[in-house]
Amino acid sequence: MLKLVVCIKQVPMVSELPWDPATGTIQRDLAEGMMNPACRSALDAALRIKEAAGGEITAITMGPPMAEEILREAIALGADRGVLLTDRKMAGADTSVTSHTLARAIEKACPGFDLILCGFSTIDSETAQVGPQLAEELDIPGVAYVNELEISGRTVRMQRFTDNFLETLEMDLPGLVTVTTGRYAPRHVPLGGLQAAFAGADIVSLDAAAVGLDPERIGAKGSATKIRNVYSPTAGKKNIVLTGAPKRIVEQLFERFDDKIGGAIGRDLKTERK
Amino acid sequence: MTAKKRGIWVFGDYRNYFQNRVTLQLLSRAKELAVKINAEVCAVVFGYKTDEWKGDVLSYNPTFCGVVGEYIAHGADKVYLADHPRLAAYSMETYTLLMERLVKREKPEIILIGATAFGREFAPRVAKRLGTGLTADCIGLDINEEGLLVQMAPSFGGNLVAEIVTLERRPQMATVRPGTFQEIPHDYVRTGEVVKVPLPKTLPADRVRLVRSEHHPQREQKLEDAKVVVCGGRGLGSKKKFAKLFELAELLGGEVGATRPVVYADWADHDALVGQAGKHVRPQILFSFGISGAIQHTAACNDAKFIIAVNKNPNAAMMKRADVAIVADASQICTTLIQELKRRIR
Ligand SMILES: Cc1cc2nc3c(=O)[nH]c(=O)nc-3n(C[C@H](O)[C@H](O)[C@H](O)COP(=O)(O)OP(=O)(O)OC[C@H]3O[C@@H](n4cnc5c(N)ncnc54)[C@H](O)[C@@H]3O)c2cc1C
Ligand SMILES: Cc1cc2nc3c(=O)[nH]c(=O)nc-3n(C[C@H](O)[C@H](O)[C@H](O)COP(=O)(O)OP(=O)(O)OC[C@H]3O[C@@H](n4cnc5c(N)ncnc54)[C@H](O)[C@@H]3O)c2cc1C
Repeated sequence: MLKLVVCIKQVPMVSELPWDPATGTIQRDLAEGMMNPACRSALDAALRIKEAAGGEITAITMGPPMAEEILREAIALGADRGVLLTDRKMAGADTSVTSHTLARAIEKACPGFDLILCGFSTIDSETAQVGPQLAEELDIPGVAYVNELEISGRTVRMQRFTDNFLETLEMDLPGLVTVTTGRYAPRHVPLGGLQAAFAGADIVSLDAAAVGLDPERIGAKGSATKIRNVYSPTAGKKNIVLTGAPKRIVEQLFERFDDKIGGAIGRDLKTERK
Repeated sequence: MTAKKRGIWVFGDYRNYFQNRVTLQLLSRAKELAVKINAEVCAVVFGYKTDEWKGDVLSYNPTFCGVVGEYIAHGADKVYLADHPRLAAYSMETYTLLMERLVKREKPEIILIGATAFGREFAPRVAKRLGTGLTADCIGLDINEEGLLVQMAPSFGGNLVAEIVTLERRPQMATVRPGTFQEIPHDYVRTGEVVKVPLPKTLPADRVRLVRSEHHPQREQKLEDAKVVVCGGRGLGSKKKFAKLFELAELLGGEVGATRPVVYADWADHDALVGQAGKHVRPQILFSFGISGAIQHTAACNDAKFIIAVNKNPNAAMMKRADVAIVADASQICTTLIQELKRRIR
């Protein structure tokens, strides 16, 4: 039976304006958490493998205690168990430290895993670095930006379209893939899923000590990169506001920007002076 | 004795030279940064028969040819070159191993890698092996007063930018979004130093096997590559009114994009979806009609150079990020624009 591990991250569900445009800081309290979309695709890919060939899926996340929500959601969708890595000492990790933490926890909680599935990227910090670095940490083969995968025996066959190359690749298990949002679509919680998620869901919570992590090598302390400043590039953007009758607005638009629009479309839009 | 000059390295990603000039753009920025920390600019080239490779069609360099010649002509002072049949196809594990060894030997100060799909998978692996930091998909780079590389990384779909530094570990590494910097024109009389990099005696086979690879250089990406994009949202009110956008787009030689509710309502095809779940556009001019500006949509239009938004609500997020915010009925403005363009384009 295949042992599948899906790495999932909770990200703020942002639709309108979760950041304060004046200060450029995120108003975390306004943003609800959700499972990162590409992590959902990774989970969907794992569920399809399980449905076709059988298997056991462990969903794992590092985050604040409330990240347990997405583990329950994963279980509702069909994952067998959840692992929550939560510890204040883990906060502020860069991607290298995140992958270190995940790698040690996976070795601890899912020894003998066959395939690790990550999302290709998150929608909050968007680095797309954790998957490749996790493969390095575990010293297993890994392929990023996978659109489709298929397992036969101990071989994974993958397809991806990157940098204008349509590639078919193969690797032997154990291995790691990062999955794009193209092919694998998020699913809805099935009937009975919710019950599975709440009645006796198999979720373990581990802190740094339980995983056996060196406190010097995790969290902000262990991270090589430091965020010095965060700002909103659109805050205080000076824009031109046009109001009034449509005819007048369009005239003004051309009076001021005929060069710009004309330049983009390669035409002279100036009218002769009357 | 003078100390060895510090190096700013640029990884030579040349597979899609004509579509993607990110390496040349990085060489140009590296030259500017090099002045500030008194460093030399080095390109790193891995491949096979890279000397037979043709860059700019008119290129002619009497001394340096192929990829090396291109990079010297575009600003590299030195090129590290590993040329070997094993390197014919980009291979993740082999390239990572070579880079790791080379960096450990030469100890550059900074490494810049284009944020192509390859670069974004390769760079994190190299950084991990070197135990250093890496900033992803930067949209700006500078040197601060402490002499550190300040790396500007977009997050939340470009709605936030984080300034990131790597304090102690070296090299300082970043992947950089294509189009962020301007390449400098080639100069085929420039000369530079070429350092041959030998392969290690034993080189393990890649654990990932390339079964098939097809290059699709001209894959049509109409919406993604359009110079003008006309995007419509729910505020247009009806399928009929949305359809007017096609007429406008045609006059402008552009393409039509749509938000998710519009696609769900079947006013437009799924192919036209712009956003996190759809396409990423980077036009010179983006027209946005009746769109609120949810992050799942705007994340995919942040690279638009100039945004003209029409919305009844002056406080809509889309209006805040527009260069020109038109407070009016979207459909009326669309119709009036069509009339005016017809008058002006003859
Ligand atoms: C604004 C901002 C910018 C940042 N920029 C950088 C940067 O340039 N370089 C850097 O090193 N760090 C950066 N960080 C830190 C980074 O957010 C963390 O390291 C984070 O834990 C992982 O990065 P990511 O979300 O970008 O992951 P990605 O690499 O984009 O995530 C890909 C996949 O990895 C898995 N994964 C990621 N995080 C977790 C998790 N916590 N639990 C389980 N699985 C996970 C998921 O499968 C996910 O789909 C930044 C943080 C912020 C707030
Ligand atoms: C996981 C996820 C992924 C998503 N992916 C995408 C995606 O890829 N692409 C995408 O677009 N969305 C996506 N969405 C949806 C997104 O959050 C927004 O709901 C959507 O972009 C809103 O579309 P809209 O602006 O057309 O509609 P609305 O938000 O309803 O906005 C309509 C706007 O029109 C204005 N208006 C109304 N009447 C008029 C009028 N007569 N004249 C002028 N203006 C008028 C209103 O003031 C309003 O600002 C996603 C959401 C989620 C949760």
